[in-house]
Amino acid sequence: MYRYDQYDQEIVDARVEEFRDQARRRLSGEMTEEQFRPLRLMNGLYLQLHAYMLRVAVPYGTMSGKQMRMLGHIARKYDKGYGHFTTRQNIQYNWIKLDDAADILADLASVEMHAIQTSGNCIRNISSDQYAGVGATEVADPRPWAELMRQWSSFHPEFTYLPRKFKICVIASPDDRAAMRLHDIGIELVKRDGKVGAKFFAGGGMGRTPMIAPEIKDFVPEEELISYAEACLRVYNRYGRRDNKYKARIKILVHELGVEEYKRQVEEEFAHMKTLGIDPPVAELDRIRAFFADPAYETGLSEEIDRTDPDFALWLDTQVVAHKAPGYAIVNISLKPIGGIAGDASAEQIELVADLAERYSLDEVRVTHAQNLVLPNVKKADLYAVWQELHAAGLGEANLDLITDIIACPGLDYCSLANARSIPVAQKISERFAEAGRQRDLGELKLKISGCINACGHHHAGHIGILGVDRRGVENYQLLLGGSGAEDASLGDITGPGFSEDGVVDAIEKVTDLYVAQREPGERFLDTYRRIGMKPFKEVLYG
Amino acid sequence: MVEFLSFRDDEPTQEPAVTLEAFAGQTNATAVRIEPGEDARELLSVLDRLSLVEVNFPAFGDGRGYSAARILRESGYTGELRAVGDVLVDQLSAMRRCGFDSFKPNRPLDPAVVEASLNRYADVYSKTIDGRAPVWAKRHPEASNV
Repeated sequence: MYRYDQYDQEIVDARVEEFRDQARRRLSGEMTEEQFRPLRLMNGLYLQLHAYMLRVAVPYGTMSGKQMRMLGHIARKYDKGYGHFTTRQNIQYNWIKLDDAADILADLASVEMHAIQTSGNCIRNISSDQYAGVGATEVADPRPWAELMRQWSSFHPEFTYLPRKFKICVIASPDDRAAMRLHDIGIELVKRDGKVGAKFFAGGGMGRTPMIAPEIKDFVPEEELISYAEACLRVYNRYGRRDNKYKARIKILVHELGVEEYKRQVEEEFAHMKTLGIDPPVAELDRIRAFFADPAYETGLSEEIDRTDPDFALWLDTQVVAHKAPGYAIVNISLKPIGGIAGDASAEQIELVADLAERYSLDEVRVTHAQNLVLPNVKKADLYAVWQELHAAGLGEANLDLITDIIACPGLDYCSLANARSIPVAQKISERFAEAGRQRDLGELKLKISGCINACGHHHAGHIGILGVDRRGVENYQLLLGGSGAEDASLGDITGPGFSEDGVVDAIEKVTDLYVAQREPGERFLDTYRRIGMKPFKEVLYG
Repeated sequence: MVEFLSFRDDEPTQEPAVTLEAFAGQTNATAVRIEPGEDARELLSVLDRLSLVEVNFPAFGDGRGYSAARILRESGYTGELRAVGDVLVDQLSAMRRCGFDSFKPNRPLDPAVVEASLNRYADVYSKTIDGRAPVWAKRHPEASNV
């Protein structure tokens, strides 16, 4: 885990005081709401339907037990006793008072956390693979690179008023668990001639014009990472569209220029950047890497797991995945209880996970882009004890990557942009498919719901996606099939006319029934869809 | 309240700035004003005859002028670089880091708030051309030529 030094701490502390002063000037009327807006947004503070929403950064989704416990404290003290984990691996609180915001930031700073650039038209929190450092297939731990970029992008003076928000993702495995190619810049660490470097993708994103990022550079050596990233950003800052906020993301620029022309401009700027000495020395990346060195894994541990308890065995088979160290396992904690709200956790649940991280997971917890949590370092011998505690706290659901492991945006229940509610639809689907045997029979099925075309619920990237729209004052739900945010990234296709809230639940049952009838051995829903195409699905839906 | 801020040792340039288009046709103008959509690199061949570049910010949220400023400084421009228009006190620090050394905002600024804003951060993460050593250079003085 990265730890702040005096510089990091001073910068975060200074930010708290800066925000305190800005909030004071706003509350006293010295500043208009219009002037305050970009400032509070750069501190993750949004004005929602009912209250302020504060989004706290969880850099690359990694936290210590102490940091996690602070999130529970904030939920209890300043919110209504819960928080909401997001698809950007962050947490947001939906019931915040402006008067409290600076105090919350001060509490966060006391555990080396912040809300810097979790919103606004700037470089946002950098996301990564939730199995970073413990997964079996990575070429390196991506988090040191993400931390280097976190520092580079924090308060970057040139890129604070970009045309639109800017999201960067760093992974280091051919298995993409972070929707890397649906980011403004996606980076995959690769090895060439024994050296690790960054493969860059640019211009991906969801929203109303979804795009999968094309590759723009096959290998950037670590000593030129910042120069290259800065070149990508400068071309975007200068030439990204500012006439229409819906065409302002870098994906539109890359699309309108053409990827070759964008690459050419970046290369030209990169050649210039390399002369400026803006790259930190490799010693800095080495310094950060030392924080992410493997913890002291015990050796000679038992690989045996007692499967006598059938509920535990079911959870084990669904939620626990292979760790790179013998005798250890990666535990996924579902935040998708049947009929619950995707990503929500109570203060008590957050604190329990903090305790479990300290007691059983070498003091680490992760947040996933699918709005779940991970204990990355659990001894196999401790799995049963961990499950018992999770189960008792309502965190024992066994549905990782199954149809009830739904990604859903907050929707019209909270969000001022939404056209339709997402949460009740997710709840109904979850209840319809609750039965464990049925879910498991359907296998891997990523279902994602957005309450408007901004696509915060990633509906374009769902094996099944749902988009809520407003049709003459009535909520209506369009169905999409065939999307993927993984290494086989693709965008879903709309089936046809939309459905009512109950109708869309029935429609999902129809398409999954068709899948069960048509699948070949070993095929996931997505594979069957790709093989047989849209037509048979349309027939069962509208025929 | 102050209407003009300068961080230069010399006197501010009084000559009115002409547009980039007009500047191209005038051999004796030394002050030019560039708009967000204009390419600062068009000035690179004439930097030595410039004493003032004004960068206009018609709206505070349009950040193209930050790139324009840095490009000019990175290319060796040492004359006055002035941010004009919708320039807000909370932006001064980033603008200074990008190379602006004078400011003529639409609305006057409170000098106390200016002072507090500019001195808020003792350290910075990224390197620009403002001469401030970024945190990584302080962490690794032996490996950094800053």
